[in-house]
Amino acid sequence: MMLDVSLTYYRYGFLGSEFLTWLWFYIVNTDRDKLFDNKNETLEIGNKIVLERKVIDAVEKVTIKGKDAGLEEGIISLKKGAVVKELNLLYRKEDKEWSFTVTGENLGVSNLRTPDIGFIESKKDVEGFVVEKIFLYASLYFLIDGLYKKFIKLRVSDGWITVVSDMNKWIIF
Amino acid sequence: MGLLSSSVSINRYYVEGKIEEPVLDTVKKGLVKHSFRENDDDSSNKNTGWTSFNNHFNPNFNKSSFVIDELFIFSLRIDKKSVSPKIIRKFFYIETAKRLEESGRGYLTANEKKAVKEQVTDALFLRVPAVPNIYDVVWNYEKSMLWFFSNNKSANEELEILFSASFNASLIKIFPYSEADLLLGLTDKERDHLSLLSPSKFAG
Repeated sequence: MMLDVSLTYYRYGFLGSEFLTWLWFYIVNTDRDKLFDNKNETLEIGNKIVLERKVIDAVEKVTIKGKDAGLEEGIISLKKGAVVKELNLLYRKEDKEWSFTVTGENLGVSNLRTPDIGFIESKKDVEGFVVEKIFLYASLYFLIDGLYKKFIKLRVSDGWITVVSDMNKWIIF
Repeated sequence: MGLLSSSVSINRYYVEGKIEEPVLDTVKKGLVKHSFRENDDDSSNKNTGWTSFNNHFNPNFNKSSFVIDELFIFSLRIDKKSVSPKIIRKFFYIETAKRLEESGRGYLTANEKKAVKEQVTDALFLRVPAVPNIYDVVWNYEKSMLWFFSNNKSANEELEILFSASFNASLIKIFPYSEADLLLGLTDKERDHLSLLSPSKFAG
């Protein structure tokens, strides 16, 4: 495998921002019960969105925080040509909830809080807790990778033009 | 930041390169060879090495203590010393004044000043205890994936360097392009299309 990391990291850096911008569009424009095959799964915009817009030689950064981070101010930034750099999300599956922030630049996850798994009471519990935590992290990556794959498949397809047009309508109106 | 913390940050890596068989022994050797060694007598400001996930201050990689559920789990320890520049300036001033008095001269040359600063800095770093920073690592050998529990840039760089030195394999950071290219199972046609993409304009 030949991958020039330093070149592709910057050359295709826009993919992460486009993914998060699309994800926001996808979440708010898709019926809740159609986001997942499993009716007990939901995904919502969380409490933080960071947007960025290049203005000639400068970069304008807008951070929106709070419950229902929202969305009007964010849309105004999108109208001006900004893209999403960081997106906080809430994922629920059955009675479990994950909250986390995805950064577009590297698809890194931060401020990740998994469903509660109780307390470690003795050293013997540690291994079980590690396995449980790793399962919960892996479940989240399964979600993120699935959504990113959906985005990339669209992005490299002829249908992307229609998606851009739909996103433009969502932003403008 | 630990994988059992209530709030975590994770960066993912793809492990490129074949680990020499038997894998468990190779990993153990790499961990032991580059394990963290306490060295308070060192005047350098940084000390790095692997440590045990469940015993950060006394690494022990005996048997398969770093294997949980077919995963390699260990930690990166980076100890850092820091001294305020104001303190360095103070002791530099004191030492400079002392040397001037001893020599009877009115100035120090640039080289002498540099030597004084180095000496003062080394002496101060010897006196200051290092602050330990622990970052957990989960390595899924079968999937060639590694999770690093920090998005601190310098810690990630230390990980990449130490991993390469320890296991003779490289870590490729997962970022939007590398994930699409390496992990999503795209067809050749899709990968070709991917390499030709340029930014879309949604509005503005």
